[in-house]
Amino acid sequence: MGDGKISSGVGRAATDQPNLWAQLEIDPEAEAKRIASTIQQHVHGVLRRRGVVLGLSGGVDSSLVAALAVQALGPNRVLGLLMPERESSACSLRLGRTVAERFGIEVVLEDVTKTLEAAGCYERRDTAIARVLPGFRPGDKCKLVRPGLLEPADARLFAIVVEGQDGASKRARLPPAEYRAVVASTCLKQRVRKMMEYHHADRLDYAVAGTPNRLEYALGFFVKGGDGLADVKPIAHLYKSQVYQLAEHLGVPCEITSKPPTTDTYPLESSQEEFYFGLPHRLLDLCLHARNHGICADLVAEHTGLSTEQVHTVQGDLRGKLRVAERLHRPPMVVDPIAEIVFGTSFDSEPSKEVR
Amino acid sequence: MHEIRETLRAFVVENFLFGQPDPSMTDDAPLVENGTLNSTGVLELVAFIEEEFGIEVDDTELLQENFGTIGAMTRFVSRKTTGVSHG
Repeated sequence: MGDGKISSGVGRAATDQPNLWAQLEIDPEAEAKRIASTIQQHVHGVLRRRGVVLGLSGGVDSSLVAALAVQALGPNRVLGLLMPERESSACSLRLGRTVAERFGIEVVLEDVTKTLEAAGCYERRDTAIARVLPGFRPGDKCKLVRPGLLEPADARLFAIVVEGQDGASKRARLPPAEYRAVVASTCLKQRVRKMMEYHHADRLDYAVAGTPNRLEYALGFFVKGGDGLADVKPIAHLYKSQVYQLAEHLGVPCEITSKPPTTDTYPLESSQEEFYFGLPHRLLDLCLHARNHGICADLVAEHTGLSTEQVHTVQGDLRGKLRVAERLHRPPMVVDPIAEIVFGTSFDSEPSKEVR
Repeated sequence: MHEIRETLRAFVVENFLFGQPDPSMTDDAPLVENGTLNSTGVLELVAFIEEEFGIEVDDTELLQENFGTIGAMTRFVSRKTTGVSHG
């Protein structure tokens, strides 16, 4: 259903004040049908591909996309890839398998550790961290964190948290060069996984299904050329709370729908909230929805328990993230428009004759 | 104060406006809000201030009121370097 199809009768409380929480509710059955029909049209009709490949991370987003792809194309036209690396949580692999079994799809295990080692992913990252924390050793666990949106340090600078093999924990603010080195190294994980997805898609004449939800897609929580790359993105219009509604409706195992979203990118467990969003997804959903519909901060505050000032802080942060996301989503820029590439036209048709 | 302000302004112009001064970048222009700085940009600015002015910036000082604008940073650096509040 997304943002533009909220029925006028839903979302009104007895006081005649709009009920913003109700505005995020969807009709899961109708929405699942609509998305499945769109996947079918995109994959078979537009892309002319036989099925879809997707990475199964064991999280709710990829599980939901798997369920929707099965509804759209049938289980025999959906391939799930399990792509752990040496720092992945064991739970991710197990849950990925559980989802595949639940929806009856074939899976391929592609451990990407050796590829990441060859690309220097771990070594480049660890070298950068050791410049900031000289006691850091390969094998020590780490993660990137930043203060929550409602915490007082509103410049919200990234810090590295490391846990040595003796269990001692240290935290340090990252200088810009080291921050960029850590991020650039870990982005290799998403890019290598995407490379494997396209390998299997080419092998099978399939399309690649991306799994971002609306918060990730709109607010730039993805790696360009990594998890941001796909042929179809069937749940990019759904707020995270809508993802959960649909996932529960389609029978995604409750072990998945009940666990908090994690990045599974750093050896220390890191929630998406502490790594990027700075706010629980439910509150962020409402703030983004309010922003998209011009709903005033006072009403958002009333619904969320945040102060009006805090809502303004969140809205300021959303503006910054939307700006970053807009740049990430841009297609490559060319000097002149290439007139012969026009989406939605047949490439078999004759070029129009030039009029002299 | 003037020297601090110009040093900060020159760093922002060189690094975030790619050497093209923006007339709208007044002392009170919100640098994050208007898209001049992102979170990595703030990291760079903090690192620059620490090195250039020989001061340490504590995490608790990473506030909008200290880093939100050129004017705010100028007052912050001035306070930290002289120990005198310039309001």
